[in-house]
Amino acid sequence: MSPEFKIAFRFLVSKKRAMSMSLAGIACGVAFFILTQAQTSGFERFYIDTILGTTGAIQVHDRFQDTLRTMDAAGRERSGFRIAHREARQYVEGVEEPARVGAAIREFTNVSGVSEVVSGSARLRTPVRERSVRVYGIRLEDHLAVTELARQIVRGDLPGFRGSPQGVLIGSELARRMQLQVGDSFELDTPDQSRRYRVSAVYETGVRDIDEARIFLHLGEARSLLRRPFGASFLQVSLRDPGRAVQDAARIETVAGHFAYSWQERERAWIEVFRALRVSSGLTVATIILISGLGMFNMLAMIVMEKTREIAILRSMGYRRQDIRRIFLWQGAVVLAAGTILGWLLGALLTFGVSRIPIRIRGIFATDYFVVNWAWSHYIVAFLIAAAVVFVAAWIPARRAARLEPGEVIRNSAA
Amino acid sequence: MNVETNHRSDDGGPAANAAPILSCRGLHRHLGEGEGRVHVLRGISLDIGAGTVCAVAGPSGCGKSTLLYALGLLDRPDAGEVRIEGENLAAAGDAVRTRTRNESIGFVFQFHFLLPEFSAAENVMLPMYRLGRLAPRDMRRRAGYLLEQVGLGARQDRLATRLSGGEQQRVAVARALANDPSIVLADEPTGNLDAHNARAVVDLLVALARERGRAVVIVTHNEEIAARCDRRVSMLDGRLEADGAPPAL
Ligand SMILES: Nc1ncnc2c1ncn2[C@@H]1O[C@H](COP(=O)(O)OP(=O)(O)OP(=O)(O)O)[C@@H](O)[C@H]1O
Ligand SMILES: [Mg+2]
Repeated sequence: MSPEFKIAFRFLVSKKRAMSMSLAGIACGVAFFILTQAQTSGFERFYIDTILGTTGAIQVHDRFQDTLRTMDAAGRERSGFRIAHREARQYVEGVEEPARVGAAIREFTNVSGVSEVVSGSARLRTPVRERSVRVYGIRLEDHLAVTELARQIVRGDLPGFRGSPQGVLIGSELARRMQLQVGDSFELDTPDQSRRYRVSAVYETGVRDIDEARIFLHLGEARSLLRRPFGASFLQVSLRDPGRAVQDAARIETVAGHFAYSWQERERAWIEVFRALRVSSGLTVATIILISGLGMFNMLAMIVMEKTREIAILRSMGYRRQDIRRIFLWQGAVVLAAGTILGWLLGALLTFGVSRIPIRIRGIFATDYFVVNWAWSHYIVAFLIAAAVVFVAAWIPARRAARLEPGEVIRNSAA
Repeated sequence: MNVETNHRSDDGGPAANAAPILSCRGLHRHLGEGEGRVHVLRGISLDIGAGTVCAVAGPSGCGKSTLLYALGLLDRPDAGEVRIEGENLAAAGDAVRTRTRNESIGFVFQFHFLLPEFSAAENVMLPMYRLGRLAPRDMRRRAGYLLEQVGLGARQDRLATRLSGGEQQRVAVARALANDPSIVLADEPTGNLDAHNARAVVDLLVALARERGRAVVIVTHNEEIAARCDRRVSMLDGRLEADGAPPAL
């Protein structure tokens, strides 16, 4: 143990109250930072997972053919890009050759699954109620590979659906409104025909737009109902690393000649909301840390003032300016270390506690508890912020202490 | 009293008053600002050789402490030289002066300045920590030895604030000797001590000078103590008035 550390420790211990105040300040700042980051990033992550588990990482839609040479625009303003060049392109709705395009997409190393979807609208009719719905024709195994559908089943089961050609999967909200139970039958009407189906299972994604309107049919049934014997409305693609969806979508567009939309592009509005939330709560809590830094500055400045005589004595017996500086930086470091560890523990405890608070959220995702995200990075960033604040708070008093001329101080405190 | 033989075995026994270890030339020092500015040291020159104990006497306020701070490199004179072992350090950089204070100078303040957070032994060990030449166990042993020399063998682990004024003063003397300095400057080290302890402290410093060739300066009002020294200079209004052997009592 270095003598400077020893002296620093004794100085600190002699100021127990001021020290525990700054310690508590640092610990609270660190803990709250961790807690708010865990929450906001928890909800963000959960939302993204919901997107990836429902509408997928990438959706491949209409085919385009360039009739003029177009600029290779970067994908920032996608909608603007499309309108501006509409005249120059020929559009073919949907994916005409899903097998060929799907095979091309499966060649991408990051692609883990491709599901062909035929969709259209219909009216769902029971003896007592009627409602318009979106019909999604899928190959179950393909679609399970690109979504979390298996996990989203809340009543009934998938083998029931698999084994019954007239079986359907319906959203929980739709089932509630139409008062449909597993095993119930209903009619699906299109302008030119009406077919009868049975509820095999009910799913819940938590996304209201989906849960109240979407019905999954076997692909062949959907083709017959919607009179689309071939082609697909779109292909849903899942990725091993969804973070790369933007780049992969761009490559798919060039390779497959179809518009491809990444989840980041489709959900930009919500993602921005979550990001803003995370940054603003981070800033708020960083302010708490800053304020506790002021408390610490106060404590160290006070110790410097009260200890000028001791500092002068140390200087008189040969302690160098840098030794004195180190004594005060050590004091900051001790409070920082203790405060950070306490803050980490408190932050983890609070995060755990909050994750146990029941809260029912439906609409953009489904959860019955506060969502938290456990990430090391929150703990490290909290420490880095605290360290920066403490370093500044300790450096200024430390420098002041080191500058004192021993003779001057001793002469003035002798009388 | 036997002064132990610790880590300096270089410079031999009682040296003759050859080259002075400590000397100053034409020291001037002003204190205060503006109207209150006082010319405290008015051209002081002094040589202290190895093996000499020098008493400095003079009325209160004549500048004895100010002189000692200048000699101990705690304060910078406005003019003049301070030579430590031949080298003028009056205007030297802070690093050199700080190192010299640690290695070559032991200072006893007029008002005993111990660090209140530390025990008696730890206070004595503080200069040793900085020097870092001894192993911790040896530092501890040497601190114990020095405290015994000043009659505080039984008080080693007591916190500085729990010691009487006289005890604190003796700890300060032990601390000044911690790194076995070649120069000891003591500003009224016996002010709070009874006759017996005062004599013991002075005898310790005298023995140090005689047996180990150290230069010792003691500021004192006490003629009995001055009489035990080799030399006595008296100060008046920032000047040296008289210099010579102390009058025998
Ligand atoms: N900060 C200061 N400003 C102005 N004058 C000062 C200051 N400090 C001390 N003095 C003056 O300097 C003179 C010398 O002071 P010093 O402490 O050296 O005296 P001294 O001889 O040690 O006295 P004593 O025997 O009482 O300790 C005194 O007259 C004192 O009033
Ligand atoms: Mg004095």
